[in-house]
Amino acid sequence: MDSVSNAGEQPPAALRMDILRFATAGSVDDGKSTLIGRLLYDSKSIFTDQLEAVERTSRMRGEETTNLALLTDGLRAEREQGITIDVAYRYFATPQRKFIIADTPGHIQYTRNMVTGASTADLAIILVDARNGLTEQSRRHAFLTTLLRVPHLVLAVNKMDLVGYDQAVFDQIRDEFTSFAAKLDIGDLTFIPVSALHGDNVVDRSASTPWYNGPSLLHHLENVHIASDRNLKDARFPVQYVIRPHKSTDPELHDYRGYAGQVAGGTFRAGDEVLHLPSGFTTRIKAVEVAGEPVPEAFPPMSVTLLLDDDVDISRGDLICRPNNQPAAAQDVEGMVCWMSADRPLAPRTRLIVKHTTRTVKGIVTDLHYRIDVNTLHRDESATQLGLNEIGRIKLRLTQPVFADPYSRNRETGGLILIDEATNSTVGAVVITEAR
Amino acid sequence: MRTDYALSQLDVLEAESIHIFREVAAEFERPGLLFSGGKDSIVMLALAERAFRPAHIPFPVVHIDTGHNFPEVLQFRDRRVAELGVRLVVGSVQKSIDEGRQVDESGRWASRNRLQTMTLLDTIEEERYDALFGGARRDEEKARAKERVFSFRDEFGQWDPKNQRPELWSLYNTKIRRGEHIRVFPLSNWTELDIWAYIERERLQIPSIYFAHERDVFERDGILLADNPYVSRGDDEDLFRATVRYRTVGDMTCTGAVASSAATVPEVIAEVAATRITERGQTRADDRASEAAMEDRKREGYF
Repeated sequence: MDSVSNAGEQPPAALRMDILRFATAGSVDDGKSTLIGRLLYDSKSIFTDQLEAVERTSRMRGEETTNLALLTDGLRAEREQGITIDVAYRYFATPQRKFIIADTPGHIQYTRNMVTGASTADLAIILVDARNGLTEQSRRHAFLTTLLRVPHLVLAVNKMDLVGYDQAVFDQIRDEFTSFAAKLDIGDLTFIPVSALHGDNVVDRSASTPWYNGPSLLHHLENVHIASDRNLKDARFPVQYVIRPHKSTDPELHDYRGYAGQVAGGTFRAGDEVLHLPSGFTTRIKAVEVAGEPVPEAFPPMSVTLLLDDDVDISRGDLICRPNNQPAAAQDVEGMVCWMSADRPLAPRTRLIVKHTTRTVKGIVTDLHYRIDVNTLHRDESATQLGLNEIGRIKLRLTQPVFADPYSRNRETGGLILIDEATNSTVGAVVITEAR
Repeated sequence: MRTDYALSQLDVLEAESIHIFREVAAEFERPGLLFSGGKDSIVMLALAERAFRPAHIPFPVVHIDTGHNFPEVLQFRDRRVAELGVRLVVGSVQKSIDEGRQVDESGRWASRNRLQTMTLLDTIEEERYDALFGGARRDEEKARAKERVFSFRDEFGQWDPKNQRPELWSLYNTKIRRGEHIRVFPLSNWTELDIWAYIERERLQIPSIYFAHERDVFERDGILLADNPYVSRGDDEDLFRATVRYRTVGDMTCTGAVASSAATVPEVIAEVAATRITERGQTRADDRASEAAMEDRKREGYF
């Protein structure tokens, strides 16, 4: 026997959970690694051999306590320098949910890494040291989180043990952040007083904060409602790949033409009237398939194949939507850019490759309106260029239209990346504010 | 009709992986899929099949054969490839050795694990692959936790962890120059438990060595190695008969078995859910060379 079949038993409930992707922002000093270590440890997601390796290394370096940062700092250079350089992804699960943590470095020179981690996050945790209150760094993290439209934000006020679990300290930070947040467009904001070191309000509610009536951090992560964060209103289907089986022996497949892609918004059902861009041609959906089998309906983030009633000339980079609800076919795009190249600045006249959904075109920066100070939110309209990790508002002119929505409406059709023509590096990310 | 528009974690992971497969098929000229016969590459192959159905998988399957494989795994590979009607490309480490391109390690710790890298890079060059799918997962190892889904390799096949391309949303940068390639990891966000849950849900066939069986083994450095012709056993290493299964599948020289009575997929899932040791920590001698063993091998072009 060289293989074994599965027995026909039901999978346990724990294997049918949903996923929450969250980003953590903050530095080692704020206790970020301790907090992640605590979540992983208390949810039994740290393995004994990993913990032993970390303890061994900590001892060898002469550190007094086990340095949980070694768990997340995966690269040699990070361990040598004691800093987090890049985004690390961590995984853990509770019976309710599977969690994907994008653990992002907090310092300003790693802004691009935080932007990367936040781009797919459902929720962000910003850590604040209760002793220091809000810092420039916390404001920057909050700004980047809202720029990338992370729908849920948690301000975790850490090291409450070091301020005697004083409610006044927590309230003051909460009030200060609330007034700062009024300038930002934050969807859902939650404040939690914690001590990552002692575990207060991390997994269980703490007896040390009787004045706090909210959930523990893990309870919040397990229960925060994310299903309605997806855009189910605007039907958007960027065509990724055309499936043509070319099986001459099978007459049923001879004329098969399936448009494969991942649903970026709305729902698609057999019988729906749809519109193809760029042609403007309308037809109906004949079938929606997953892996060659019909399914009743497609919605984000499903990867499906659409079969259409009429033979339309459709290729990769096109978009299928509804006749009465179309994105802009835009050659002029306004947006906020995060510049990610250390080699060259972004300035008016910079030429770039633009990748938007499944479409790749060329573009030129026609205007730099301002550079934003990510710490103070001050707009510098005299700026003539953007350097590494700088953020500003720009205008792009494209050689061909992209089918775009404002990022505030759709994170898939509202984001694009910029690629350097000479080096092929990814040098920027744009959240679209206006497309026409 | 659905009303809640909820997807399970397996549905979400599957959708993400299928998107990745299609993106590569659309943007690269000569992709290939690295297949070891292990559970991760079996899931990867199943996902590739689902991504293109009813068409065939539009790229070949590539196996880097160390010559030290478990025979059960090779049989499984050949049967699966025949079922799918895909082309199989085998890069042979033995051939590299016979041609004098590299030399077998010797001694008690001899393994062909490191030698695979050159054969892999030679195969990529000969077949002119511009993208190669690998089954690595980020939860496996700390260097892998840092790697992109689309991971750039220079003309020497090297990974530069400090100079990775930022990867936002699901927008993957596929631009390369001639001679360079991208390693693509569709299972980046899957965990060991997700893999088993998917094997269960999709009723995937896997090699028998993943289930409990009796075997002659000996203990080395806390790892149970199978008695096999490719490893020199010391006088102090006594053989004994044990009921074991494999948690990972690599070379017979460096892949350890675990004592287990799990004989079905649900039993394996229960075991994996309860374990307190990582799969690589429990079973792979190749990761124990140093704190950064995986990072160092990956820099050289390893999987």
